[in-house]
Amino acid sequence: MNIIIVGGGKQVHFLTKSFVSKGYNVTIINNNEEYCKKLARMHRANIVLGDATTPYILEDAGAAYSEMVIALTTDDPDNLVICQIAEKIFKVRKTFAMVNDPKNIEIFRKLGVQNVISTADIISSFIEQKISVDDITNLFPIEEGKVAAMEIEINEQFPVVGQSLSQINLPKDTIIGCMIRKNEPIIPRGDTVIKEQDKLIILCLPMIQSEVLKVIRGRID
Amino acid sequence: MMNNRNKNDEYIVIVGCGRLGSHLARLLSKARKSVVVIDKNEGAFHRLGDDFSGFTIEADAIEIDSLLQAKINKADVVVTTTNDDNTNILIAQIAKIIYKVPKVIARLFEPSRQQVYEELGIETLCPTILSAIELKNIIVGDKMEV
Repeated sequence: MNIIIVGGGKQVHFLTKSFVSKGYNVTIINNNEEYCKKLARMHRANIVLGDATTPYILEDAGAAYSEMVIALTTDDPDNLVICQIAEKIFKVRKTFAMVNDPKNIEIFRKLGVQNVISTADIISSFIEQKISVDDITNLFPIEEGKVAAMEIEINEQFPVVGQSLSQINLPKDTIIGCMIRKNEPIIPRGDTVIKEQDKLIILCLPMIQSEVLKVIRGRID
Repeated sequence: MMNNRNKNDEYIVIVGCGRLGSHLARLLSKARKSVVVIDKNEGAFHRLGDDFSGFTIEADAIEIDSLLQAKINKADVVVTTTNDDNTNILIAQIAKIIYKVPKVIARLFEPSRQQVYEELGIETLCPTILSAIELKNIIVGDKMEV
C-alpha cells in the first residue's frame, strides 16, 4: 500500500516508522529542505520537498497511485486543501486531515473530508470532565470520539479489587470489554473477579467517562 | 432590514484588508454598497482611508465565530483576499457550501489550484494569470490566442 504523509514533527516520525515496519510504501512531503534531508537519513521512505497544497507536488509524490493521504500540518486550511486536491484530482480513496481548531471538525466534514482528527478536542474533553489521566494507560477515541475506549491499570487502592464484575455498579452506557492479566487477554464474564494489576479495557460514551472512573478508582480528582 | 433587499443594498463581506481587499472595499463603499472587512491585524484597516463608510472587524477569519460575527450567513457576496491561498479557499468553501452565500470569489496566487476550485463551484481570480495575459497583450498585442 502507498501512503502519503504531509507535515513534520513527532507524529510524522512515528507514523512513518510504524507504516514502514508494516511494509507499506511511505512518501513524506515537507517544505523545509533541511528537515527533508534529516527525514531522508532517518527513514526508508520517499521524501518530497515542496508545498503539498499544489497539485504538481502531490503528483510528484505519486498521489495518483496512493491509497491514502494523511495531512498533519499545523495549518488547518493547508490540511483541507491537501485532502481535497488528493480526492478531487488524484482520486485518492482515503484521506485524513488533522485540525487544530476543534470547530473545524464539523466544517471539514461538511466540506467532504472523510476523516477528521482533532487532538485538542480529545484533550479538552478530558480536562472538562476533570479526569486525571494518571491511571489511564491508554485511550483511543472511536468513530471520531463518539465512543471512548480506555485502558486502566488496577492498583491495590481501588475499591473494585476482589469484586466480580456483576458486583460492580457501573453506570449505563459502559462495558468492560476485555481484561489483560499478566499479559494474557481475558474476555470477562459476570463472575470474573478483578485482581490487582489487571488492566481493564473499558468502552463507554465520552460524557460518562468520569462517572465510570469514579466507580473503578473510588475517587475523581 | 436584511430582508427584501434590492440589488443596491447587497451585503458584501471582504476577508483580508491587504492591498487588494482594501482597494476593493473602498471602491464598493464608493458605489454605496454595504461592506464589512475582516482582518486579523487592526493596523491593516488604515489602508481603507477616511472615506470608507463600511464596517471593520478585527478577527482571524479562519475561526468560524469571526465569520458569524461578520454575519456571513446573511451575506450576498463574499470575497476572500488574504495572502494565504488555502485560507482563501477554506473560507470561500465555508461561505459557499455551509452558508449558501450566492456569490463567492477567492483570490488565488497559485494558478495550479484554480481548476480544482472552479470544479467545486468557487469562482477564483488569479492575479498571476491576469497580469501575465495583460503584459503579453502590451508586448505582442491581444490578437494572438492565449
